[in-house]
Amino acid sequence: MEALLAAVIGLLTAAGIYMLLRKRTFPVIVGLALLSYAVNLFIFASGRVVAGLPPILAPDAAAYTDPLTQALVLTAIVISFGMSAVIVVLAIGAYLETGSDGIDMTDAPSDRDGPAA
Amino acid sequence: MNHWIIVPVVLPAILAGLTVLAMRGDLVLQRVFGLGGTVALGGVALALLVAADANPPEVYRLGDWPAPFGIVLVLDRLAALMLTLTAFLALCVQLYVIGTGWDKRGRHFHALFGFQLMGLNGAFLTGDVFNLFVFFEVLLIASYGLMIHGGGRERLRAGVQYVTFNLVASTLFLFGLATIYSVTGTLNMADLAIKAATLPEGEAALLRVAGLLLLIVFGIKAALVPFHFWLPGTYANAPGPVAALFAIMTKVGAYSILRVFTLILPPSTPATGALYADILLPVALVTLAVGALGVLGARTVGRMVAFAAVASMGTLFVAVSQFTPAATTAALYYVLHSTLATAALFLIADLILARRGDLSLAEARPAFAGSGLIAWLFLGATVALAGMPPLSGFLGKLMILEVARDQMALVWSVILVTSLLMIVGFAQAGSTVFWKSHALPADHREADTAALPFVSVGLLLAAIVALTVLAGPVMGYLSATSASMWDPGPYIAAHALPEG
Repeated sequence: MEALLAAVIGLLTAAGIYMLLRKRTFPVIVGLALLSYAVNLFIFASGRVVAGLPPILAPDAAAYTDPLTQALVLTAIVISFGMSAVIVVLAIGAYLETGSDGIDMTDAPSDRDGPAA
Repeated sequence: MNHWIIVPVVLPAILAGLTVLAMRGDLVLQRVFGLGGTVALGGVALALLVAADANPPEVYRLGDWPAPFGIVLVLDRLAALMLTLTAFLALCVQLYVIGTGWDKRGRHFHALFGFQLMGLNGAFLTGDVFNLFVFFEVLLIASYGLMIHGGGRERLRAGVQYVTFNLVASTLFLFGLATIYSVTGTLNMADLAIKAATLPEGEAALLRVAGLLLLIVFGIKAALVPFHFWLPGTYANAPGPVAALFAIMTKVGAYSILRVFTLILPPSTPATGALYADILLPVALVTLAVGALGVLGARTVGRMVAFAAVASMGTLFVAVSQFTPAATTAALYYVLHSTLATAALFLIADLILARRGDLSLAEARPAFAGSGLIAWLFLGATVALAGMPPLSGFLGKLMILEVARDQMALVWSVILVTSLLMIVGFAQAGSTVFWKSHALPADHREADTAALPFVSVGLLLAAIVALTVLAGPVMGYLSATSASMWDPGPYIAAHALPEG
């Protein structure tokens, strides 16, 4: 199971980095999402992978799995969800404003060329 | 427990929430509560500063769960110092925003500002590395909103880049934290300090990797080369006062590096040794060089100030990378100085933008109303930032040169040459904006006569002067601070960790 989990994390990370290097905002956002999935699994695995054990006190439990990493993953999921929402809205805003969804700023003539609206 | 410790986190959070919910349509009310909150925050921060100086580090257990199981906030000298700096900077920025009406150009400025302060204060106070991540996210998500405040084409595009860069950094942060947890089984900083010092040989490689990941993450925040790319575009396109507030954001990276690599992974840790110091020194020197060249080559005032911020981070990290108590003292002094000086210069750039119409350095524009006073302010701030006497930048650089005495040939030459480059760059910009303009026919635009923005810039410059004049007492506090950072015994003991 460790090998499978490690392979999945590696695959997700590789795919995420590939997408992150694209030039348009949508693939980049997908790449960020894939990376956040990878890191969530990674945090989960950092508490050691065990099967079928309870995370919190149970009267008949012989052993426990680490509950802390599960709490950390929950926090990380919530945060990455919120951040994804922010960047999607921002990317749509930038697309509507500029008419292009490129992530680079090469066609910018210069910064702060005029007083902000 | 001293409940005042949590006030810097809770107060801005409550006020910001109230601002969104109850004062949405009323700008005057927002301003009153925003400013009142920041003043109150300043008072609390000062009280905590005095308390931290008098008492050993104090732990605040959230929900009264004992460390390392519960999350703790820790008040020590370093945290109190950063809180006070943040509150003062926030006050100046807020006065400026109210004076110039920046908060009218978009919605929810004061609410976002409050959440930003909550994240900053939390990051400085927390005693748990995962909690540090959470507060990083709080301050970042507020900064995303502030960065695109007012909208506009270039600002939105720069905003997308800024957010993307920081999301990648957050992911790396999580990878680093999970690695640390898998090696040590704890995320409490004091507990980590004990566990890292006694780590068995076989686990050292993982801890080194985790430390490096954290170094990269904090380096991104602190705009160290090669992770500085986001800074010039972001800061030059952000609203001027927001860029001024962001002067403290790079210092969050510096603070985190100082905290993690003196408390948890100091050079005396057998598992990691001087690995991080060896990386940081060359990185700092290259950052300094890139920043200074950027100042020299920038085509707008905004980008020039942003590169000056990069250069100041380089100078700061030359001191940090020495990893000795004396060098840490110098670094802390430079943190105070460069935050104030960078913020002042960003505000001055915004003053120029509002009057001159643009910030281009390509050619001179007609003289604008009030250019005389602004030129003096510009002179003061650039003298401070370039490190010329008589202001605090000179003292700061002098101390950094002093602590880097054993690498004189390399470090001294880089710092001195880059200082010269920055002086030339600032002088060029100043003469284009202020001097050459007088050769052109005057521009009879309606002058903005609001005094509050000048009060705000004046306060920042006055603080720089105070930092110079009162360098003796300030250094006394800072040496005590760095001494306590390099002797973490009381910090760890305050947690009352269980044995074993």
